[in-house]
Amino acid sequence: MAQPVELPDRIEVGPVIDEGHSLGSVSDKIAGIVLKRKTTLGWILGFLVSFSLLQALMAAATWLFVKGVGVWGINIPVGWGFAIVNFVWWIGIGHAGTLISAILLLLNQSWRNAINRFAEAMTLFAVMCAGMFPVLHTGRPWLAYWLFPYPNTMDLWPQFRSPLVWDVFAVSTYFTISLVFWYVGLMPDLATLRDGAVQRWKQVIYGFFSLGWRNSARHWQRYEKASLLLAGLATPLVLSVHTVVSFDFAVAILPGWHTTIFPPYFVAGAIYSGFAMVLTLMIPARRFYGLEDIITIRHLNNMAKVTLATGLIVGYGYITEAFFGYYSADIYEKFETLNRMGGPYAPFYWTLVLCNIIMPQFLWFKRIRTNPLVLWFFSIVVNIGMWLERFVIVVVSLHRDFLPSSWGMYWPTIWDWAVLIGTIGFFLTAVFIFVRILPMITIFELRLLLPGAQVKKEPVAR
Amino acid sequence: MSENSDSLNLTSIQTKLEKAKGAGYWRSLDELASVDGFKDFLHREFPRQASEWIDDEGRRNFLKIMGASLALAGLSACTKQPTEFIMPYVEAPEQAIPGKPLFYATAFPVAGVANPILVEAHEFRPTKVEGNPEHPASMGSTDVPTQASILGLYDPDRLQTVNFIGEVRSYPSFLQSFIGALAKQQAKTGSGIRILTETVTSPTLYAQMQDVLKLYPGAKWYQWEPTGHGRRMGMQQAFGQFLNPVYKFDQAEVVLSIDGNFLGNGPGGVRYARDFVSKRTLRGENKTQSRFYAVETTPTSTGCKADHRQAIKPSEVAGFVRGLAATLGGAGASGPLATTKFYSALVKDLQAAKGKSIVIAGEDQSPEVHAVVHYINQVLGNNGTTVTFTQPIEPKPADQWADLTALLADLHSGQVDLLLILGGNPVYCAPPELNLRGAIQMAKMRVRLGDHEDETSEICQWNIPATHAFEAWSDAPAYDGTVSIIQPLIAPLYGGKSAHELLSAFTETPEKSSYESVRDYWRAKHTGTDFETWWKHSVHDGFIKDSALPAVNATAKLVAPAGGSAAGGSGYEISFHSDPYILDGRYANNAWLQEMPRPVSRLTWDNAVIVSQKTADDLKVTDEDLVAIDYNGHTVWGAIWRIPGQPDGSVALSMGYGRKRSGRAGNGAGFDVYPLRPASSPYFGTGAIVRKLGEKFRLAAVQHHFAMEGRKPVHAGTLDEFKQDPYFSQKQSETPPKGLTIFPETWKYEGYAWGMAIDLTACVGCNTCVVACQSENNIAVVGKEQVLNTREMHWIRIDRYYKGEPDEPDMYFQPVACVQCENAPCEVVCPVAATETDAEGLNNMVYNRCVGTRYCSNNCPYKVRRFNFLLFSDWESESVKLQRNPDVTVRSRGVMEKCSYCVQRINYAKITAEKEDRKVRDGEIVPACAAACPSQAIMFGDLNDPKSRVSEWKRHSLNYSLLGELDTRPRTTYLTEIRNPNPEVQKSEKDS
Amino acid sequence: MSVHSVDVLHPLYGLMAEFETAGELVAAARSTQEAGFRKFDAYSPFPIHDLDDAMDLHDNRVSLFTLIGGMVGAATGFGLCSWVEAVALPLNIGGRPFISAPMYIPITFELTVLFGGLTAAISMIIMNGLPLPYHPVFNVERFSNASRNKFFLCIESDDPKFDRLATAGFLESLGPEEIAEVAR
Repeated sequence: MAQPVELPDRIEVGPVIDEGHSLGSVSDKIAGIVLKRKTTLGWILGFLVSFSLLQALMAAATWLFVKGVGVWGINIPVGWGFAIVNFVWWIGIGHAGTLISAILLLLNQSWRNAINRFAEAMTLFAVMCAGMFPVLHTGRPWLAYWLFPYPNTMDLWPQFRSPLVWDVFAVSTYFTISLVFWYVGLMPDLATLRDGAVQRWKQVIYGFFSLGWRNSARHWQRYEKASLLLAGLATPLVLSVHTVVSFDFAVAILPGWHTTIFPPYFVAGAIYSGFAMVLTLMIPARRFYGLEDIITIRHLNNMAKVTLATGLIVGYGYITEAFFGYYSADIYEKFETLNRMGGPYAPFYWTLVLCNIIMPQFLWFKRIRTNPLVLWFFSIVVNIGMWLERFVIVVVSLHRDFLPSSWGMYWPTIWDWAVLIGTIGFFLTAVFIFVRILPMITIFELRLLLPGAQVKKEPVAR
Repeated sequence: MSENSDSLNLTSIQTKLEKAKGAGYWRSLDELASVDGFKDFLHREFPRQASEWIDDEGRRNFLKIMGASLALAGLSACTKQPTEFIMPYVEAPEQAIPGKPLFYATAFPVAGVANPILVEAHEFRPTKVEGNPEHPASMGSTDVPTQASILGLYDPDRLQTVNFIGEVRSYPSFLQSFIGALAKQQAKTGSGIRILTETVTSPTLYAQMQDVLKLYPGAKWYQWEPTGHGRRMGMQQAFGQFLNPVYKFDQAEVVLSIDGNFLGNGPGGVRYARDFVSKRTLRGENKTQSRFYAVETTPTSTGCKADHRQAIKPSEVAGFVRGLAATLGGAGASGPLATTKFYSALVKDLQAAKGKSIVIAGEDQSPEVHAVVHYINQVLGNNGTTVTFTQPIEPKPADQWADLTALLADLHSGQVDLLLILGGNPVYCAPPELNLRGAIQMAKMRVRLGDHEDETSEICQWNIPATHAFEAWSDAPAYDGTVSIIQPLIAPLYGGKSAHELLSAFTETPEKSSYESVRDYWRAKHTGTDFETWWKHSVHDGFIKDSALPAVNATAKLVAPAGGSAAGGSGYEISFHSDPYILDGRYANNAWLQEMPRPVSRLTWDNAVIVSQKTADDLKVTDEDLVAIDYNGHTVWGAIWRIPGQPDGSVALSMGYGRKRSGRAGNGAGFDVYPLRPASSPYFGTGAIVRKLGEKFRLAAVQHHFAMEGRKPVHAGTLDEFKQDPYFSQKQSETPPKGLTIFPETWKYEGYAWGMAIDLTACVGCNTCVVACQSENNIAVVGKEQVLNTREMHWIRIDRYYKGEPDEPDMYFQPVACVQCENAPCEVVCPVAATETDAEGLNNMVYNRCVGTRYCSNNCPYKVRRFNFLLFSDWESESVKLQRNPDVTVRSRGVMEKCSYCVQRINYAKITAEKEDRKVRDGEIVPACAAACPSQAIMFGDLNDPKSRVSEWKRHSLNYSLLGELDTRPRTTYLTEIRNPNPEVQKSEKDS
Repeated sequence: MSVHSVDVLHPLYGLMAEFETAGELVAAARSTQEAGFRKFDAYSPFPIHDLDDAMDLHDNRVSLFTLIGGMVGAATGFGLCSWVEAVALPLNIGGRPFISAPMYIPITFELTVLFGGLTAAISMIIMNGLPLPYHPVFNVERFSNASRNKFFLCIESDDPKFDRLATAGFLESLGPEEIAEVAR
């Protein structure tokens, strides 16, 4: 797969990597960001902002543990609110990384090499954010570990028919495998950093984490095999995770939840929001670190295309849902659909239609796909849209179900907002630390894109 | 406790405390604690807490708790048995086994009328009220205030100390000054003495009163209560004498209610509901129904059950009944509604059912209306058949408004030296123009016996804490005169005194206990031989056999129209109604009652300005808009609540709210309408100005959607439909057949299979089941803020739906608790198996295992699960802890809870049965809701036993499953509501 | 094999040749393999697949272990669910049967991936003899470029055909940038 690619990219919008780069130059450039570059004021400011947002999470969590989930707006009938909305949103965002590093690897998409490290890191942080919510949202968080199957004196076990238990397995597996995959990918680059580092302590630290990697051909051979296998396993995994998350709803009997189309359309939605988030972070990053020559317009263009494609699938999902609301001839389904469109939460639904169905259509235009600033704006829109989608699914389905007598409303409290903003803070903080201490681009895979990586068959002249 | 000389004892402590006042009092408690004798005194009195004494923390807590109880002089009151010998209902106390509850028969008087009850006591703590199955007025059922009375007993806000102008005193010291004051009266034959009471019905108390008046001929005794006047005086006007009406709804083919709310409310309400329903339900082979017409000035739960309901302006009621009287007397149709189909049909039905019909007027109607209604019954030949009369159950019936005026006159004349107010809260209830508040302060010595520090106690120097009905001996007649002996379940928690004891203070035996008073009275009364056995039996049974008053013959005359505030005048009409639960405000501090959704408005914690949609449009207001109402020279602010079926242009206000000094539950709940209620016409008024204020006031309703949205939660139909096709209801919805699943049928329920059936025709929406469940299952009160966020905790709720035209809809009640699905959606999604179905089909909730994901609630199509979003249970108030049912876990924060079919009762019965080596008998297990239900609408039992009544109910053609189409296989099913409308007024929109 | 005294004074790990391009490295590796050397290794800043043939590297055990790991995971997943629901904690959950097979699939799948993935990574690392912080090749000054832009070939001294001078000569014949002795 890392076959030296003869680049057909000239016909594309620009190359996957600009002219004039050599094996040495790319190595020095990427490693340099970590090793040589001084910590800029911009980074410090950005970090401080993110970190202070993170404190909102700390405050909210503390208050939550002191008082109970009642500090949120949830009630009967709406037992799930922001917590689950955020959970699904973050998990979705976490899908781009593995998708890029695994599926595009299998599909032999050379342009992925420049962005997969960053995307994978993003995946890990997003999954961390998501992982908090199953704990935070329980009424007795100190007992959340009961969801794990561990032998205990009471001989009590989880109830394996519950999608929430499936979640525990899916999310923890997803996190573990992503982490492993990411780390395996890092080993050679850590070695590069080790060898490039000047200060002793950096050499020691990077050396330690590189496990003493020495670029041996015999290692590379097993290494490549392992990466391929991991990619092969991660591909169905990434598809399964959001499928399982969608089961949280699809397995329930609630109108608006009990829907067979959920798995595919959740996965599409996940990739959709995932790529949007990559763009949201990548566009500023390539600008500030002057990586336009490595993360080229072509990357943005391709990611925009994927966003558009998945956006269309998501749109198809909405239409199918609406259609089946009518076609099911089931009074509850029918009402649910109409309630989304015309009920008290209708504005949310139509905003989501705007963000997720109408706005992406602009991505048909190359001029928009290739204009970083505009593209960045669209990526934000998509993120908002996908958050709203989850809100509509979770809250709007719950607030009016079977018996009109128990219908209610849900409005978030400041603590709901604090948790959402807090996790965003956590996410950004992690990203800032990442770009500072690790190569945000896979150097050794980048080298493969260079002419210098070609192996000419005729033996060398004596 | 032992009174040995050297060591400290209660009396000596009290005398110590005697001297200490206010803050000093607390200090002296600490000083007290340092006394040597105190420690062993502790060990005698509080073996358990004494251990806490060691560490400082415990010591402080202990002082806190005890600071209260000491002052109350009942140091170890909490679980101490009364010293007098009382009669357990089933076994003698000496056989009491810890953990095994005992039942005592007694009665709880509401506005003087006894509600016969059994009180369940755990280790001598009263915890739960049940109806007395042997008493004709109860037959095992209760009403809402009676169920909630148990919380009233443990109300932490009760008046806890005798006090004099805010200073803690002891009862002996009160007696001192009281007797001193009496001494002064000896000379002037007590002409300076005035006694104000609520309506007195207790024979003993009346006798004591007579003695007092004999001792002090100059003294005067007045009775006043804000409500009940219409019934009493109407009787007097119609018959020229005071009588007590007793209705026989089980013999009535046609019933007409004039603003009446007789189903489950008011005197005899519990019995009436049962009798009425016996003529309505189609269970068994019954194929006939009585017909029920209602004419109402505001929708009541009773009116909701009517076959034909007609809204009418308050000012038109008198005209209507007079017109009806005339029509029935042969004259043509006249008066309001005369032209309607409703009217002609009503008249025809009434005439067809002469002697087999009942016309009944509501508690809040004027004497005139009551009088005319009695006349109508006479015209219809009902008097003596379906409506009988007895001598009044009040020993001294009187025109109480006249009494009040007389008292005022006395007070203003300045000749009142000693004013004794026994119970009631006149200062709060009395019309403002009388300025009772000011007048009372003209009395020199003002003594008040009350259960709370309230608006009245505020202006009395001496405040004596009153005993709760479960704390003192007394007696009271039921609606039919059957007298109950009230026996205490527990020594006064706060050293309260009963009215009997206070009246004894006038005599030469001032310390005489209520026990002696009551017993002496009945010994004197008793004619037969062997008083002891008779007494034992009477106390044991909870009532005196055959003491029901005999029927008397009386002829009603048609009274001349009273003047009063007639119709006319611009502005809106307002009508005053006593709240179905807190009544005239006397139970305002009962949190259960405050949080009990009102049957029709579904509101909690507030009263509201009830208007119709059209009126709201005229006022350009909608729900929760604040309006000001100007009437009777006063203005009150209230929030609008629209209710269909409220007559246009009239505003319904319920009394009893807006208390300023009732306690933490009652204070500030709702708004006070008494200022608008003139003494001249305390029933309704015309020409009130209603002004929009442009502000909002949030009202905490537990239900916001009343249309069925094209769904069929409530199956309903008419008697004709039922006769044509008994199975018409089951055809309205489909329930998938068993085996329609990819899974094999794994679970068979051999042995017991518990199930429940609810007869919607029988349910009168009174909410007694809800409060019974709350008291049986330790269900927390959450407060208005939480109810606003729909977090109320009631395990069973009564949904209310509208059907038909928006302005005059049919209204339906549907009690919904966990229906115990066999294919429970909640169980499948619980990640920790905290809820699962047991071998008998119960859907169990394991609190200890619950981590609180709330997934089960989300997946519950009935939304009957309740979640402790915060720490809702009260872990602080000491007194409330005593009420808790020890057989039911008190839930903590973060766990889900729900109806368990009263699993503790099921297991109790199963254990008993096992010990006796037999199966549980049908009817041996009765869940709290079913037991309390006045109309017996709930049946529980074993579905595997074909002979059980519940199986019988479920075999009925009207039986259907709520949301059965989901194949949840609920164990609770419903019997379709059948009504019997007159075809002539059949509404076309029906059953749309 | 004769041991030269100098070896005692200067114990060698091997001889290392440095090349400019990947192509040269591949060619050199092939020649070395053909020349009969077995204990030698090539070092490149990125994986070069031609080396696998050139050096005849065909180790598929990683795949095998991963397969086994995955199957163990699957068994564990379904086994755990079934055992718990049917044996350890047999409850009536919503009237469902003890073995609600369809509902056990997600967990079965997740564990398959988890076990498989972990086996792949761990077996690769272990079979590569990592972690190994110190290795003689690091003694060569310029070797740090192996992780940057240079290509190295190192013939180890304990190869039976290894002879300090002869091997040096052989490497010379491959036309490297330069040759270095790798101290042990």
